[in-house]
Amino acid sequence: MRIVHYVNQFYAGLGGEDSAGIGARVLKGTVGPGRLLAQLLGAEHDIVATLVCGDDHAASHTTAAPELLKMAQAAGADLLVAGPAFGSGRYGLACARLAAVAQAAGLPALAAMHPDNPGISEAGDAPVIAAGATAREMRPSVQRLAAAVTKLAAGEALTAADGRVIQAARVGQLVEQRAAARAVELVLRRLGGDREATEVPVGGFGVVDPAAPVDKAASVTVALVTEGAVVPAGNPDRLESARASRWLRYPVEGADTLASGAWESVDGGFATTAANADPNRLLPLDAARALEREGAIGRLHGEFLTTVGNGTPVATARRFGVEWAAQLRKAGVQAAILTAT
Amino acid sequence: MTIAEQVGAPRIVPGRGIPYPCGDPNLPPAAERQWRRQLVQRALDAVAVAVEHPTIFEVDDVNA
Repeated sequence: MRIVHYVNQFYAGLGGEDSAGIGARVLKGTVGPGRLLAQLLGAEHDIVATLVCGDDHAASHTTAAPELLKMAQAAGADLLVAGPAFGSGRYGLACARLAAVAQAAGLPALAAMHPDNPGISEAGDAPVIAAGATAREMRPSVQRLAAAVTKLAAGEALTAADGRVIQAARVGQLVEQRAAARAVELVLRRLGGDREATEVPVGGFGVVDPAAPVDKAASVTVALVTEGAVVPAGNPDRLESARASRWLRYPVEGADTLASGAWESVDGGFATTAANADPNRLLPLDAARALEREGAIGRLHGEFLTTVGNGTPVATARRFGVEWAAQLRKAGVQAAILTAT
Repeated sequence: MTIAEQVGAPRIVPGRGIPYPCGDPNLPPAAERQWRRQLVQRALDAVAVAVEHPTIFEVDDVNA
């Protein structure tokens, strides 16, 4: 079987963060982890090409995945393998999106990443095989991936036993006791010292290491970003008022303020009267612009990023965070002020 | 513990209410603009400080 393998710029040996902006490209044969994968797959399968894209480029351009798919098809792929991306958010997003578009286009695909990778929700119908959290677990991760590739190539379905990450589905179920009785029982257990009992397990927020500080704000580009759903009046791009599926960006180059009547908040989670009377209360453009003029900010980024945090799942928010970081880094932004409601 | 600390925001500048993180409609306009400026200024201070865990940067309110 002809296999095309996707890796990021780092695993392709094209550089680290300095090269994260490079666009989609194709290399002959195997590169980096693809060599180990090819060795484990044996003579029956052939990795004919390796696709590469910089993490920032892949995470901030929705055109990257379709472009890579075209390259895979041009290379005569029978099967597409992406990763392992381990816990890396941008890389995971890139692998998941590519696997999703390939699978949707009829090219069997699978991606590998850590089950907590924020990219995992973007994999669509493509199977995702669990990998370790970091590259230290490269060998076992690629071993599991190779076994899954072999099975998939033989036309068999992948299951949890193959390391497939199954996104939990809610299943209706009849229980003996009604909700009120179960709730009282949970309260009694809690009073009895049981801190774990629940019918609705809540996912953790995860831990993000704080970014290193800038030398001083006066010498860097600073961006304003918000989860307060600030949009142009009339909400032309139809941002949701709750449970955001996406985020938006709006130019503010040369603007001294967010004028009332020109901007509004569509957040459904709080009373927006005060925010709409003066949108700077949500996104402090007037103050930031004045501070830029006085030299306290090196440069204010030319656009702001916005979404709605109201009821938005943590997994989605994590993905937005990854995409925002990539977007801002690519634009040379070194610090961001996120206003939260 | 504030929500911002609970979810692990690294550098936190507390505002005065959910509907106006960078304002305070109870203040006269000029005083509110001054308050907003102090909040942004404090955020700019904060990004230049190394932190290891969620850290609160209170504004010393000159209007108080």
